[in-house]
Parts: sequence; structure tokens; C-alpha cells
Amino acid sequence: MPVQYIPVTEEERQEMLRVIGVDSIEALFADIPPAVRLKRPLNIEPPLSDLELWALLRGLADQNGHCDRYTCFLGAGAYDHYVPSVVWHLASRGEFLTAYTPYQAEIMQGELQAIYEYQTLLCELLAMDVANASMYDGASALAEATVMARDLTRRNRILVSRAVHPEYRQVIQTYTRHLGMEIVEVPLQEGVTDLDVARDLLSEQVAALVLQIPNFFGCIEDGQTASDLAHRHGALLVVGIGEPLAMGILRPPGEYGADIVAGEGQPLGNHLNFGGPYLGMMATRQEYVRRIPGRLVGATVDVEGRKGFVLTLQTREQHIRREKATSNICTNESLNALAAAIYMVALGKQGIQKVAELNLRKAHYAKTRIREIQGFSLAFRTPTFHEFVVRCPLPPEELNRRLLPHGIIGGLPLGRFYPELADGWLLCVTEARSRDEIDRFVDLVKEVAA
Amino acid sequence: MNPREVPLIFEESVPGRVATRFPDPDVPVVPLEEIIPKDYLRERPPEFPEVSEPEVVRHFTWLSRRNYAVDLGFYPLGSCTMKYNPKINEDAARLPGFSRLHPYAPEELAQGALRLMWELEQLLCEISGMDRVTFQPAAGAHGELTALMMIRAALEDRGERRTKVVVPDSAHGTNPASAAMCGYQVVVVRSDDRGNVDIQHLRQVMDEQVAAFMLTNPNTLGLFEEHILEIEEIVHGYGAFLYLDGANLNAMLGITRPGDQGFDVMHFNLHKTFSTPHGGGGPGAGPVGVKNVLAPYLPVPTVEREGERFYLNYNRPKTIGKIRAFYGNFAVLVRAYAYIRALGGEGLRQVAETAVLNANYLLTLLRPYFDLPYNRLCKHEFVLSGRRQKKEYGVTTRDMAKRLLDYGYHAPTIYFPLIVEEAIMIEPTETETRKTLDAFAEAMRRIAEEAATNPELVRSAPHTTPVKRLDEVQAARNPNLRWRPT
Repeated sequence: MPVQYIPVTEEERQEMLRVIGVDSIEALFADIPPAVRLKRPLNIEPPLSDLELWALLRGLADQNGHCDRYTCFLGAGAYDHYVPSVVWHLASRGEFLTAYTPYQAEIMQGELQAIYEYQTLLCELLAMDVANASMYDGASALAEATVMARDLTRRNRILVSRAVHPEYRQVIQTYTRHLGMEIVEVPLQEGVTDLDVARDLLSEQVAALVLQIPNFFGCIEDGQTASDLAHRHGALLVVGIGEPLAMGILRPPGEYGADIVAGEGQPLGNHLNFGGPYLGMMATRQEYVRRIPGRLVGATVDVEGRKGFVLTLQTREQHIRREKATSNICTNESLNALAAAIYMVALGKQGIQKVAELNLRKAHYAKTRIREIQGFSLAFRTPTFHEFVVRCPLPPEELNRRLLPHGIIGGLPLGRFYPELADGWLLCVTEARSRDEIDRFVDLVKEVAA
Repeated sequence: MNPREVPLIFEESVPGRVATRFPDPDVPVVPLEEIIPKDYLRERPPEFPEVSEPEVVRHFTWLSRRNYAVDLGFYPLGSCTMKYNPKINEDAARLPGFSRLHPYAPEELAQGALRLMWELEQLLCEISGMDRVTFQPAAGAHGELTALMMIRAALEDRGERRTKVVVPDSAHGTNPASAAMCGYQVVVVRSDDRGNVDIQHLRQVMDEQVAAFMLTNPNTLGLFEEHILEIEEIVHGYGAFLYLDGANLNAMLGITRPGDQGFDVMHFNLHKTFSTPHGGGGPGAGPVGVKNVLAPYLPVPTVEREGERFYLNYNRPKTIGKIRAFYGNFAVLVRAYAYIRALGGEGLRQVAETAVLNANYLLTLLRPYFDLPYNRLCKHEFVLSGRRQKKEYGVTTRDMAKRLLDYGYHAPTIYFPLIVEEAIMIEPTETETRKTLDAFAEAMRRIAEEAATNPELVRSAPHTTPVKRLDEVQAARNPNLRWRPT
């Protein structure tokens, strides 16, 4: 039966074989040793018609409880934000979607300019000099940032706050294990990094101090003090980001001296997607640009003096430098970076402040209401953005189970990552939650906990 | 293609314009300083442009019209498998049940997603002859790194600390870069005059310090490694692992399986073989398949089935850990799953057959005009050399590639693999018509002719694109990587 994606007919096939000068398709595979040939058909179900395929896929999708069917108070590194319609209408255009990496700059000016705009927007958001064209996700971007810090300082020890997303910390461990690097965890105090301990741990051997702001618990770290401490010892400050929208209202890392910023760009117009594809963000200071991993787009001119854009500083990359490259990254998350650029443009200067403020205020409202419930209390006094930790009178897992039949996805039970916070419940309230939804949530928590 | 320059969006900004309307807070408004200390607050907002919604749409639409893409035409970029990307897969990936599903949603709310991943693992195992697959790697290079970490863990488990990884001189740049990121020293093995791995040289470079041999098969010359069984014997004879860079799996679907060729571990490029779009550079997905010997070291979590229930398994004591957050580029997996189910086993074999047919057909048409360093039947792609044009007319492969843009095509991959002088690497894929291949061959023939009769025309190409050749030296010397207000 003809395959809808293969236009070569049987008649053409015979004609083409004749031109090649062989008598069968089989002859084209004559160089494959018989011993390794597959002598049976692949054991895969027969082809599906488009209609059958669509029914199958919709059936699988329908089995999932997604954030349009449930009211979501779960965050923890993946955030349910409103995505303006323009974002994916534009990012899904075939000219963007089905293009390769823009190596042929003359016919890829659209992609190159869009990424240049993305780099600019991200630099503005984070107050940094330079951003790359994207990494895989927040966790791997932060892990590569620690390797970059090692290369820049020629020191091997990295101090990582225990309030960095636990999965990001696991990825840092995996990435650095074979590179002779040492990861030292900095403990917490009131939900934020204990900077007194960090002070004692800092030395001439430390390449970087890594914090996440806001951190995994939603708490806002003291970036300025951390920056001063790290720099006093010649170490770099690496700031991890889980929620870039917070920078619409919070002081951005560049303003307190961050040397490398790396983290998750999913909240910038990308859907939850059950965890991916997301968007690894990475930015640094001008003087470190030649050590940054990943692609960079630069502005230049053509032979006739017209403005144009190219991939630049490629001698950092694997296809030129091979084993001496700053990273092995090749395929990145360009389309997600494009979506992020469209999102940031669609928000504009007013929108980015407004959406950040909405997140902050709604979460604050939910926080003040929940702590009024008998038996519930806030785990930390530290100021938070759109997430916060509640200590519960019953296991948070049990609370979630009881809320689910009411159409509510509760917060993340923290015991999984922090045994000392087994009664901790990490809640998230974004701009997508209405006051009615928050009130109903609080009432239900009260009810099911009673 | 749109010749009109599109101003930077920042240059279109007019104070007061908005493209998205957010509501006023519906919760009590308290002074910000009561919620967050003033020191932590931003003093001035980021300088995002202020534009209206129609301006956003026109800006990015016009930009898109300054791009070349598979949806527009032939994209013979060797090693990249720029096949057509089915539209039904896009609709599937955007179903709210997939796109609006939170990664930490309770397992009972994610059964459809987990079942899809579990089934895709079975499908990839059947296609490759591997025993298990992890979906965590976000790209091919990420898969390479993951696989090398697993190899390292397996060797350490055996009490061995090996130091070297061997790669052929024709390898993708990511292979040596991944080896270095895993703390290995890279050793290069030569190719022989038929374009295979030089078996004698392989014997010389192998020893008990080699952890793995990373091989692409068919290799980057588009040739099947004729001595694959001998290679397997040599590598395993030293207790090393045989790794497949799966970039060229398209030629093998239903024909031969890496697992049956003796590979212990491999990565797939779902964005090549399994039709998911390249997105202008990503996202892709680089799942890693392993034989049972490496399965204990897979990253966590794996997806498991117990009766009709699917779950994430973190309880794997020998795991290398995590190499990214959550479970992988799930929306890419949805597309690959849809593609495999649409084609079935029979359709996948037709993909491989037609890809190889198209490549050999195009090679036959082009052979008279360009040098062919390795004169063999090719698999899904082939590598020509422009050395004749360079030597006789001073026209380089880069010049000819740029001239192809004038004829309305994307250029092939050039100057790779490194072992072919003035390399031109062409991969037509199975989704192109014979008519397209004929027209492309005719354009290449004319360019070869122009190189002889009017070399300056080719050397100064392209002539019809929105911009001409760009000053890359200037771009690298004084990097301008972001816009700043003047």
C-alpha cells in the first residue's frame, strides 16, 4: 500500500533502479553482510489510516488529567501560565518549524534575527550582557554553567545551595562526576541558603557558589550578599532560575553581580508538555562570552553593507573544535527560544511587570488564607514569589488524594526530596488561577483535612 | 523569499502599546513592600518592546518569510535527514491532554502519556534490536553523553577505570566532544580507501584502556561498514563497548538492526529518522537504547508496566542518575510515536528502501559532474568532492553551495566529513519526488558548468537571496550579540 509521506510510485521505482543500473532494491543493500540482515518483517502493528491514528492519539491524550480539566496548584519547576494565542500560531509556522539550524545564513535571516531578538530580550530580563541561543532545559543548563565556572576559574569545587531544584542538583552531580569536580551542598536556614555556612565553605578552591532565585521553595534569596561573599574569594556567582517571570518584578541577577545565569525558560510561552521540550536559558557577562556553550547569533553586514545575522564565535563549538569544544551541544531548543521571544514581545514592557505582579499577589493571597486554616502553617518566614511551603497536619500525599476527586491538582509533597520536610507541601499560584479558584481550593483543603 | 529587511522589534516600539491584556488583580491589593523587601524589587522594568498584537503577528510572519524550510522545498542536508514532518503529529502533540499535562501530575492522571512512552520504548526496541530505551536525552549529543556515562558506570562496576574512547576520522564532532565531557581521552582511527573503518589501524589503537568505540553506521560517508562483524569482534575482544551513533538509522529501518550487528548501546535521533521537525535547530530527542548488560545504569526514571498500570520507576540502585529534569522531550516523543504507528513495520521498511533508492538515483545523476571519492553504492546519503572545480576553476564547494541557494534549494552539508576534500554531503530522504531529484540534479549540473564557464558568477553567489554573503570575520571579531538602544 502507498505510504502518504513517500511519493515514489512502484513504476518510478523500477525506472529509477534502471537508471542506477541495478535490477532490484535488494541489490542496493548488497554491502550489508547477510548475517546481520533482518530476515523477518518488523514486529510492529500494521499501518494506521489517518483516521485510526487520530482516534488512537486522542484516546491516549484523553486518559490524561491536564490543567484544562483540573485546577492546578502544582509548580516545582514547571508552571501553568497563560500562553497568548499569538505565540504558537507564529512559532508553528512551517517556515520556522521545519527549518534546520541556520547554517546557510543567506536563506535563514528570519530564524537568525528572531534568535538575536531572543538573546536581547533575555539579557534585558536578566540584566546580563550576553545570552546564548538556548540549552536543553533548566537542569542541564545549570549543570553546564558549573562546568563553565570550572573552566573560567580553573578551580574544581562548586558550592550548591540545597534550595536549588533537587532534580537540577542531581543533574549537576551526573554532569560533573567524571570531570574531577567536587560538589558541596550548602544547607538552609528559614528556607533560604545559609550564607553564614557558605562564608565558611568559600575558599580559593571554590569555582562558584550556585543559588536559585527564587529558590525551589519559592523563597527569595539574598543575591547581593551571596554575590559579595563569592567574589571576595574569587569565586563566581552562578544564579539558577526556575521561574524567569519573577524577574518582571524582582531585582535581576545582573544587578547584583551574577557571573552566569542559567535556568528554565518554560514559563516564557512554552506549554507544560509533561516535562519537555522546555528551554534551557544561559547568560553571562561580556568578558566570559568565549567560554559560553551553545550557539550565538551575531549581527553583521553582507558584502553590500546590508544588515544581517550569522551564527558566530563557532570555534567554541563541537563541529569545529571537537573534543576541545566548550560543550558537546549541537541540537538545542531553538523553537522554544523562538516561542519565548514571541511571548516576551507579546507581553511587552507593561505585560511582564503586570504578569509578575499578578503571580505574586495571587500567591500571597492564597498564602494568607491557607495559614488561617486550623493545623496548617507556613514553613518559612522568608518572602516568596508564586510558590510557598505549607506544613500540613496530615501527609500532603493524602491531602492531594482527597482533593483530586474535586478536580484539584494539589501541591508537591516535599518528603520525596527533603525527608526533613515530610509534612511540607509546595504550592504554586500563578496568574492563571482566579480568586474563585483559590477560595474554593482553600475551602476544600479545610474540608478534606478536617 | 521576502527580500524586505524587517526592522528589529525593538525599533518598532512605541510607549503605551500592548499586545496582551492581563486582568487587574482580583485579590486584595496590598503595598508591594509589605510582601517583598524593597531591596529585592526591580527598580526599572526590562526594556521589552511596546507593540500591539497585529504588529507582533506581522513582525514574526515577515521574519518567517525570510526562512527556508522543508515545507517550502528540497533540503538535501547530509547527516540531518530533513524529511517531511507530518502535520497530524503536530496536532497530536498540541492536544491539551499532552501539552497541558504537568510533569509532576499524579501518576493516575498521566496514564495515557506513560502508556505512550512505554509503547514507544517497545517500538524502538523492535526497530533497533536493543533491550531497553531511555527517553531522557534531549538531543543526539545528549544521548552520546548519557551512553558514555553508562559505559563508564558499567566499567567501574567491573572494577575497571578505562581512559580512552575511539572514534573514526569521519565521526560527527559531537562524538569526541561527548567523550571529553565524560572525562575520556579521544583516539582517532583512520578510514580505509573504501570508506570503511581501517581494520588494521583499529587493531593498533585498541587496548585494555579503551572504554568504547563510537561508530556511525551507515557511516558519515553514507556507506555501510562492510566489516561490522570484525569490528564487533575486535572491540568486544578488548572488553570495550560498541556504541552506535544512530544519526543514519533511516537507511536501516526494517533492513538490519544495530542490536543484531553487535552494538551494545546507541542513540536515536527522533528529529531525523522519526520525522519530528527540527524547529530551526531544536528541539529534538535523543533516546538511548541499550542491551541488557547496560540496562541497570539507565537514567531514572524508567517507565514500567504492571498489568494495566504504567508508572515511573526511580528505584534503580545502579543508575547514573539524572541528565535533565523530568522525563525527556515528551512532545517530541508523541510525534515519533504517531509516525511509527502511521507507517507500521511495512511502511518503515519502505522508508529505508526509498531513502536509499533516492540517494543512489541522485548519485547516479550527479556522478558525471563531480568527483566521487568512494565509488560504491551508497545508503541514504553520499559524499561528493568539489576538488575538481576548486583545482581547475578556483571555485570552492562553499561557492557552489551558495550558488544552489540561487536555484531555490537549501545547500547540502559541506566540508564534512573532514576526510573528504571539499566535501559535498547529500541526503535526499524518501519524501522527495523523482521530479524534485531530477530538477536538483539539473541545477547541480548547471552549477558545475558555470564553474567552468563563468566562475565569478559562482564565486560571488548567492545573488537572489534576501542578503548576500555575510561578513563572518567581523561578526566574530567584534561580537554584537544583542541590540542596545542608541
